[in-house]
Amino acid sequence: MNRAHSAMTIAVNGEPREVPAGATLPDLLATLGIDPEGARGIAVAVNEEVVRRARWGEVTLAAGDTVEVITAVQGG
Amino acid sequence: MTDTPPATETADRLDLGVCTLRSRLLVGTSGYPNPQVMLDALRASGTELVTVAIRRVNLQDTSEESLLELLRREGYRLLPNTAGCYTAKEAVLVAQLAREALETDLIKLEVIGDDETLMPDVEQLLRAARTLIDDGFRVLAYCNDDPITCRKLADLGCTAVMPLASPIGSGMGLVNPYNLALIRELLPQTPLIVDAGIGTASDAARAMELGYDGILLNTAISNAQHPVMMAQAMRRAVEAGRLAWQAGRIPRRFYARASSPLEGRVGLG
Repeated sequence: MNRAHSAMTIAVNGEPREVPAGATLPDLLATLGIDPEGARGIAVAVNEEVVRRARWGEVTLAAGDTVEVITAVQGG
Repeated sequence: MTDTPPATETADRLDLGVCTLRSRLLVGTSGYPNPQVMLDALRASGTELVTVAIRRVNLQDTSEESLLELLRREGYRLLPNTAGCYTAKEAVLVAQLAREALETDLIKLEVIGDDETLMPDVEQLLRAARTLIDDGFRVLAYCNDDPITCRKLADLGCTAVMPLASPIGSGMGLVNPYNLALIRELLPQTPLIVDAGIGTASDAARAMELGYDGILLNTAISNAQHPVMMAQAMRRAVEAGRLAWQAGRIPRRFYARASSPLEGRVGLG
């Protein structure tokens, strides 16, 4: 019961991941090894909506959210 | 007026709205033997605009030096693509992510209909193009060599329309030059770029001789036996084709016509 209040499951790049309840998007990025302040060349979508970099701090994640973190790779 | 440089040195630019390019060759960054060969080939090609794909960050290892750093350090402008998208909805989301990640309004819009041919899904492509243009994107649309589809994309306001010469990565060259010529004829004002299917330098030159504004290719360089040499060949082919188009070729004739004068020939007997 207690655990249900302290952690929740979201999906990050298609993989389930446990994060503390109430975690924000910058909290998540930091745990992924991505510096939310310094990161360049990446973008984030939450539940299939792009979240502009300037608004990352405003996003509090909820159980069941799907988060995509993308970058540019070699392509034609 | 004694030192007038050739037209190609001064005014002949490919205008994509947000940028004007001296080089009419756009090159992909995928499939090179290693990153150094990629950088050497890109430099040899003379390209200023290179394509990249958008993919999930590898969360197991976020420390690797990114392709972006490499390309940006060399001064290339980036053209993200929506490769791997099968629906308009996916393509729009990927384009929006690309804009956010790379801070560019340019997008190479690609909506694929099937894995075997990688041919575009026209219905989804048109839908995505409309949405993205309304959203302020500069859309370079990869499409079939169908004049009507190309016209619809131009009418929607695509920055460039990019019919394929033959299927992606096939290297088969211009399988339907008649259609490509017809598209050029029907859309004289639209920037047209041949995207996909180029196999070797003569393919690129031939497309440019049809009056195309540019060439986008990847595999022809990256998978060549010597990618850097092929990059140089492509650069020259695009320049040669462009000049030939501007110069205006002679008409084809069924019978021969002597180039040397007929008067004053040496006659015997």
